[in-house]
Amino acid sequence: MSDVALIKSLLLTLPLAFLTWRALPAGWPVLARLAGGLVGGWAIAAAVTLLVPSGLMAYLVSFAIVGSIYAVIALGLNVQWGYTGLFNIGIAAFFSIGAFTTALVTTTMPTGVMAGFTQQAFGLGAPFLVGVLVAGVAAGLLALLVGGPTLRLREDYLAIATIGIAEVVRLIFQNERWLANGPQPLRGIPQPLNCLVRDAGCEWLPAPVMALFAPLAPRDYTFVYLVIAALFVILTFLVLERAIRSPWGRVLRAVREEEDAAAMSGKDVARIKLQAFTVGAVIMGIGGALYAHYMVSIDYSHFDPLYATFLIWVMLMLGGSGNNRGAILGAFVIWGVWTGTAFFVDMLRPALAAISPDLPARGPYLRLMFIAIVLLLILLFRPKGLIGEEKFVSRLSGGREQPQA
Amino acid sequence: MNGAAATQLRPGERVKRLLGSRQAFVALLGLVLVALWLVAVYQGIPGQRVLSLMVRGVMLGGILALGAIGLSLIFGVLRIPNFAHGDMMTTGAYLALLVMSLLPLGAPLGPFSFGYEFLIALLVAMPLVGLLGYGLDRLVFRRLRGKRSPPVIMAMAALGSAFLVRSLVYVFWGADFVFYYTGRPRPAFELFAGIRVRPDQLFILGLALAMIVLVYLLLERTKMGKAMRATADNPELARVTGIDTESVIRWTWLIGGALAGAGGVMYGLDAQLRPEMGWWLLLPLFAAVILGTIGNAYGALVGALLIGIVWQVSTAFLNPAYGPGVAFMVLILVLLFRPQGIFGKPGGG
Repeated sequence: MSDVALIKSLLLTLPLAFLTWRALPAGWPVLARLAGGLVGGWAIAAAVTLLVPSGLMAYLVSFAIVGSIYAVIALGLNVQWGYTGLFNIGIAAFFSIGAFTTALVTTTMPTGVMAGFTQQAFGLGAPFLVGVLVAGVAAGLLALLVGGPTLRLREDYLAIATIGIAEVVRLIFQNERWLANGPQPLRGIPQPLNCLVRDAGCEWLPAPVMALFAPLAPRDYTFVYLVIAALFVILTFLVLERAIRSPWGRVLRAVREEEDAAAMSGKDVARIKLQAFTVGAVIMGIGGALYAHYMVSIDYSHFDPLYATFLIWVMLMLGGSGNNRGAILGAFVIWGVWTGTAFFVDMLRPALAAISPDLPARGPYLRLMFIAIVLLLILLFRPKGLIGEEKFVSRLSGGREQPQA
Repeated sequence: MNGAAATQLRPGERVKRLLGSRQAFVALLGLVLVALWLVAVYQGIPGQRVLSLMVRGVMLGGILALGAIGLSLIFGVLRIPNFAHGDMMTTGAYLALLVMSLLPLGAPLGPFSFGYEFLIALLVAMPLVGLLGYGLDRLVFRRLRGKRSPPVIMAMAALGSAFLVRSLVYVFWGADFVFYYTGRPRPAFELFAGIRVRPDQLFILGLALAMIVLVYLLLERTKMGKAMRATADNPELARVTGIDTESVIRWTWLIGGALAGAGGVMYGLDAQLRPEMGWWLLLPLFAAVILGTIGNAYGALVGALLIGIVWQVSTAFLNPAYGPGVAFMVLILVLLFRPQGIFGKPGGG
């Protein structure tokens, strides 16, 4: 196995080991399950790296990165909708505010010639993790602002208000040049740990460790970023799985199922809804930050209602609302369907051209039509999604949770 | 609100209750208008221009009202926030374009920019959009009703329908903006006191008013109209009193859709046609509906006129792109102080 293949397979081990670990029976001893996960994960990673041609591999890795980012946002939506029943159709607002916040926090103010092309309100040059943190806080603050006046009202008012805030945020990033260079893209968002793939290397890493990464070329950076994105999915997943089995998680479901009963049991329903709404928004903001650091250059058009709200809804509804595994599964499946239909529409080009010369250029909208139909079919025939909600939510309820029949 | 209950409230809540009374709330909305006017004057914008904008605002309000009335009735009768309503308006505008392309191009009628084929197209597009609404109900919402799906699933289905309808518009007509009459001059003339409007805009206003009168007659004078209002007001009570709710629902979609189609055609005549235009109108529409109390057709008219005026006057000193944002600010004011809307009963909403 070449050096490049070795380091690539090591990088891929992290997400795959986690998946293998989850797939092994929960009854196994902790250490055996952990070791099995690691070994199994690495074996799969090595096999994939060796067998898959490098061009396809690069494509799969960038696919998995975007899938992971969507998975984080779908997990955030699952807190709001899946567990608490809050109908947020302004995901784009929290997604984009997270992305632009981290962009402003981590870039430096443009100087010299660049200052003529790029305007931004500030540029702090802070590290990646600070950017992600501030992005989450910004999205959370926005959620408090929207949720405060609307969450105590009828449920559909929240939906309308979230459409509103998404439109306003989009308009601001589109029209305010001074803030984040709208409508032009804001460029040069730093990539975390980019130094790993550069010849100069990371100064703070000991030389032997750095030597391990030496075979990687700059174009292999996506492997590094996949590890980062996967880490965020795993962390979000584990934290949410824990939270949802806590008393707090049970209160969320109580509010969703029977608001009046929860209120009669002395629960402050409005406050709990606001908490869930904010937690979900923070996760969406973090997802936005991950997106910005992956794309390097972002503008308002990345966050239109289709990509930044509608697709994520379809992901959660397909995977199964109220189920964190479902949210992740749905994110990858729908992102796969979305990118896969692009190839399909490409193949259909000659047929479309035969119907009308305008049609091939409008192929992307056939995909939109298809996804919209998928959502309606899910709502009509399988509202609980691929994997439904897990029935037992307490660690103390005994045994492994059974999926709801 | 009687005095005994009010004295037990904290001062902050008492102020809020006070602001939430109908008179105070209407006064608050009046204040918003005055404040907009003052900002415009302060920025040195001539009064004539502000007046022109108000007239334009009334016209835009008329267009919005055509969408808002149907949206409000559907919201009231079916309990669905119909997120597809804006895209139904878009479809109406494009269907009219399709009909016009099939007809020979006529000379402009009098001072207007359009010929007879536009009027025919309008008359054809309206029932077609009504059928589109009814078709959506048959395909999606009636099935969901049959399965006793919770309201929020209906709302999500409405969102899915919105994207479905828009994708059809994209596939059939493309993403570029188009005009009904490319390159035809649309001069404005002076109405009075320096207020400048285009003849088309007066036509739009007149037609919107005529349709609203028709809706009024329908709701007040026909049996179906009365059944509709009763169902919008209280669906359970309506069912108990023997009203055929499925038939009411059918007519609500047909009429709401036809009005939305007309609104879309008129918006297209005034500005241009874009596949996203309906989505951008959705927020002002909902603001108008909630402002005028859900299920109340006349409230929707009042709300739409107010939103139209506020939107237009704000363009005197604000980037016009922020129009939906201004509507959203009004909506937030409503939600904060009087979520049941101007004509709602206290405690509702």
